[in-house]
Amino acid sequence: MQNEPKVFFKKESARFIGIGLVIFLIVQFLINTNLLNSFWSGIIFWGAAITILALGLNLIYGFNGQFSLGQYGFYAIGAYTAADITYRWTHGDPSGVAVVLSGALLTLVCYVGIAAFLRRFYRVTVMTQFTFYLLGTVFSFAIAVLVLAQPLGRLAQTILSALPGGLSQQIVFFIALLGGAALAGIVSYLFGIPVLELGSDYFGISTLGFTIIVKVLLDNTDTILPFPEMKGARGMIGIPQWTTWPWVFFSLLLVVMVMRNILHSSIGRAIVSVREDERAAELVGINVANAKLLAFVVGSIFAGLAGGIRAHDLAFLHPQSFNFIQSFNPLIIVVFGGLGSMTGTLFTGFVWIILLEGILRDLPTGYETWRFVIYPLVLLVMMLLRPEGLMGRYELPYLRRVLPARRKTEETEPEEVPA
Amino acid sequence: MALLEIKNLIVAYGAIRALHGISFHVNEGEIVTLIGANGAGKSTTLRTISGLQSAESGQISYNNQDITRAEASAIVQRGLIHVPEGRRIFAPLTVRENLEMGAFTRKNKQEVADSMEHVFHLFPRLKERMEQTGGTLSGGEQQMLAVARALMAKPRLLLMDEPSMGLAPILVEEIFDIIQEINKQGVTILLVEQNAHMALSVANRGYVIEIGAIELEGEAHDLAENPRVRTAYLGGG
Ligand SMILES: Nc1ncnc2c1ncn2[C@@H]1O[C@H](COP(=O)(O)OP(=O)(O)O)[C@@H](O)[C@H]1O
Ligand SMILES: [Mg+2]
Repeated sequence: MQNEPKVFFKKESARFIGIGLVIFLIVQFLINTNLLNSFWSGIIFWGAAITILALGLNLIYGFNGQFSLGQYGFYAIGAYTAADITYRWTHGDPSGVAVVLSGALLTLVCYVGIAAFLRRFYRVTVMTQFTFYLLGTVFSFAIAVLVLAQPLGRLAQTILSALPGGLSQQIVFFIALLGGAALAGIVSYLFGIPVLELGSDYFGISTLGFTIIVKVLLDNTDTILPFPEMKGARGMIGIPQWTTWPWVFFSLLLVVMVMRNILHSSIGRAIVSVREDERAAELVGINVANAKLLAFVVGSIFAGLAGGIRAHDLAFLHPQSFNFIQSFNPLIIVVFGGLGSMTGTLFTGFVWIILLEGILRDLPTGYETWRFVIYPLVLLVMMLLRPEGLMGRYELPYLRRVLPARRKTEETEPEEVPA
Repeated sequence: MALLEIKNLIVAYGAIRALHGISFHVNEGEIVTLIGANGAGKSTTLRTISGLQSAESGQISYNNQDITRAEASAIVQRGLIHVPEGRRIFAPLTVRENLEMGAFTRKNKQEVADSMEHVFHLFPRLKERMEQTGGTLSGGEQQMLAVARALMAKPRLLLMDEPSMGLAPILVEEIFDIIQEINKQGVTILLVEQNAHMALSVANRGYVIEIGAIELEGEAHDLAENPRVRTAYLGGG
């Protein structure tokens, strides 16, 4: 019994990836033959981005139990970072490519060093940790901006201009997506250290604050922040429209596989048991703070990646689209699909966008506003009929975990017999 | 050589001291009991040993290593396992899942499977309820599950915080039988109890703790005869 699952999973992985590739080819064919027009292919790309975003939130909230409204903040960070890299590149400025990548790498090195250093001390307070990591981040990006931007930028330009134009564009896009995801990850790490310790409710409120702050900063990118090309509250234009179906599909596939493998490992057990009972988790030898931080950072990296994909499909970014009200979207998808169900999120993410932004956009003239009546009604009815989420406890075989499934807590107190 | 040695342990909650410098030790293979009234500092002592609470000063050494500053997760890895007051099982998880979580720090699947078998042998009632969620078990069964989960970690030293609390007398007997059985199989036990009578009947040695300080210590049967212990903890006579 102990050895069987391994073989089982290999077969399931092959089937999952196989079916995925078939879907990939079918959609690519429909796009190439124009059977899927640009409106509907855009809806599918959007659906995939939102699904990646929601999978990240499901890891944080559904699997780890940390209620978060911060997902749109990280989505925005990923979108603006990636967009800035490609915008600069297409306007003859390679510094974005150089700074984000070298800054993120230096930060990573710094973090490893800081972690090793702090381990030598006894129970360092979270504020001390936060201060160290913040200084490490500032130091890394200062070096990246002041020292590395020029030479690395020139180097990147020399190398990339030697390559065919199409290939160099793909590489820059790859770096942009990576950079957006990395920055979201770094910010979530810094934010998570002091805030995750507060516990779920306070954490939720803090993440709402975070999303609001990000939005305010985006409104003022050209005044408070030194990014005139982002044009503050007027919205950023001129982002190259580089998102294609292969980028969308393989990003989603990568996210699903990474998340699935995390959840199948002992780290996944730690993440889930923290949701069930933090103090019990501590007693069986789980490092609760680390488990929370890991789920939060990985979930935020997914959000950053989703932002980069969305930005290069829209080719236009506006701070208003990252208003905190929007942060309820991934939350609705995650709850709707089932907390702790990857299959549910995969399904609901697409359905949500296809329904809300596709079908309900096609209402007859004069009835357009019914959109905002129909979808809350659908939500209400679904929540009443399937309170455990659309998929309930079902998972696709590949995603099915050996982990405990999420159950409604039975509140029955054991009868206490007086001694 | 003592397996666990506590020296001058001082623990405070904010400005209020709960432990005023206590010292005691537990030798390998022993059952040692820490008895005392409600609020004396028994749970605080155990929580500090297992790293859930930090010490202000003093030293905790386990297996000749200083663990005063170690993380709770690192302490579990060394086989020092805490069965807390109030059980703290995973209520939404099944009995089997709870036991699997108990083996979180162990990598060898075969050994974990063997431990599971061993645990079900000790607690046949848990085997019958394998797929039932922890929250639906009776108080006695939850206590058994808490002990069983601790055994899944392959403990060398078990800290048990009032395992008899809230249980019917017949279950108290059963729990204490199991404690002795576990001890016979080579696990050292530090047992915290308000039920001094039962605790002293199974322990080798004991300490009496009052308001954060050790007041008496000795062989368990001597303590049971001690007039002070008899009046304060054994209900008069
Ligand atoms: N989390 C806490 N915060 C503040 N005071 C506490 C806390 N836990 C215990 N105490 C206090 O510390 C003292 C010892 O408590 P405890 O170790 O739980 O005693 P016991 O387990 O012997 O009943 C008591 O005075 C109690 O009120
Ligand atoms: Mg107590």
